[in-house]
Amino acid sequence: MNVAIVKYNAGNIYSVVNALKRLGIEPELTDDAEKLAKADRVLFPGQGEAGSTMDYLREHKLDQLIRDLKQPVLGICVGQQLLCRHSEESDTDCLGIFDAEVKRFSPTRHEDKVPHMGWNTLSETHSALFKGFGQDEFVYFVHSYYVPVNPCTAAVTEYIVPFSAALHKDNFYATQFHPEKSGSVGERILKNFLDLTV
Amino acid sequence: MALAKRIIPCLDVKNGQTVKGTNFVNLRQAGDPVELGKAYSDQGADELVYLDITASHEGRKTFTEMVRRVAAEISIPFTVGGGIGELSDVEQLLNAGADKVSVNSAAIRRPQLIDDITRHFGSQVCVVAIDAKETEEGWFCYLNGGRIRTERNLFDWAKEACDRGAGEILFTSMDHDGVKEGYANEALARLADELTIPVIASGGAGRKEHFRDAFLEGKSDAALAASVFHFGEIRIPELKAWLKAEGVNVRI
Repeated sequence: MNVAIVKYNAGNIYSVVNALKRLGIEPELTDDAEKLAKADRVLFPGQGEAGSTMDYLREHKLDQLIRDLKQPVLGICVGQQLLCRHSEESDTDCLGIFDAEVKRFSPTRHEDKVPHMGWNTLSETHSALFKGFGQDEFVYFVHSYYVPVNPCTAAVTEYIVPFSAALHKDNFYATQFHPEKSGSVGERILKNFLDLTV
Repeated sequence: MALAKRIIPCLDVKNGQTVKGTNFVNLRQAGDPVELGKAYSDQGADELVYLDITASHEGRKTFTEMVRRVAAEISIPFTVGGGIGELSDVEQLLNAGADKVSVNSAAIRRPQLIDDITRHFGSQVCVVAIDAKETEEGWFCYLNGGRIRTERNLFDWAKEACDRGAGEILFTSMDHDGVKEGYANEALARLADELTIPVIASGGAGRKEHFRDAFLEGKSDAALAASVFHFGEIRIPELKAWLKAEGVNVRI
């Protein structure tokens, strides 16, 4: 299987590469339009600040390219946020696949710390990504911004507010958590993504 | 459900082998760091910490190679530390696949290092480790693995680190470390009350109850331990099952 990872100015993507290698996949890291269009699967990981990453995607014409992808695409973390319509982070217009507004957590209690960092549970999972899942499986999160629950929500996690731990619409999938850092549960999610029937 | 309290085995690494001291001396061998980390991950550890205890004195190359192997083989987050003094050290370790770095002595000597790390790589990668000891005049921070006393107060320094953008505080009570009589829960609870970032308890785990107390009395977000895990005195699956029964939210 030909798996491509969108190459852009995102932070650490080595963990995504390593996780795919553990599943027997050698992903290609590329910003080449033809290679991305031809790949069987595309991963769009992210770490960093929404404004500067969107600027980079636009400058390199990757924004339209990502919107036009037809194969299963998986956005991770900031990747999920960039697939939404708009982010409060630096008041950034994003890719608009998911019609949702990305918001910053505003804690109301001292013990609610931002970023939301660590292991939390998934509920209301309904997407092929979570095939074979039971209740309350834990995955690993690190984020300060979140996507509210909306019609594309494919899994819910509760931290300060209930938010979209995952999204799904057509061929676009996204997770706010890091499947590549979520142990065996994360591996199952990545495997489900690779196994999607197209 | 809510965000789970984390159990973090810490692996001190010297010349490619894990070791653990009692009160920072008398090192004993305890296995291959990558194999050990993988075993902990399989048992349900939530994160791992690898400390290069030779870093201040010797080359970093062996350790960076080990970090690369850990990143390739292990699917949970891990922090690396020990002798990190420059932004270039941080970059090298993150590029090798580490999720977070912990800074200790160098950050006390040059606090700007915390701002630099968080500006370049984000707060979430920057763990500020503090070794401190309680005296009659209060808690004081120490440098170089507990060898040099400073005039910095634990709580003031932790607050400053937090204000400068640190993502987490890893607090080791030197008097509790290695003696297995429990964590410094009063100081931990005070840190939790005063800071707006997660606190990792370190130093003092000997029994399961100590973890519970660090979470419930010490209000810690995570508890780190080494020898009780390395020598099999406490097994993580049993520890977590017990903690859950005691009302601590842990990932099982």
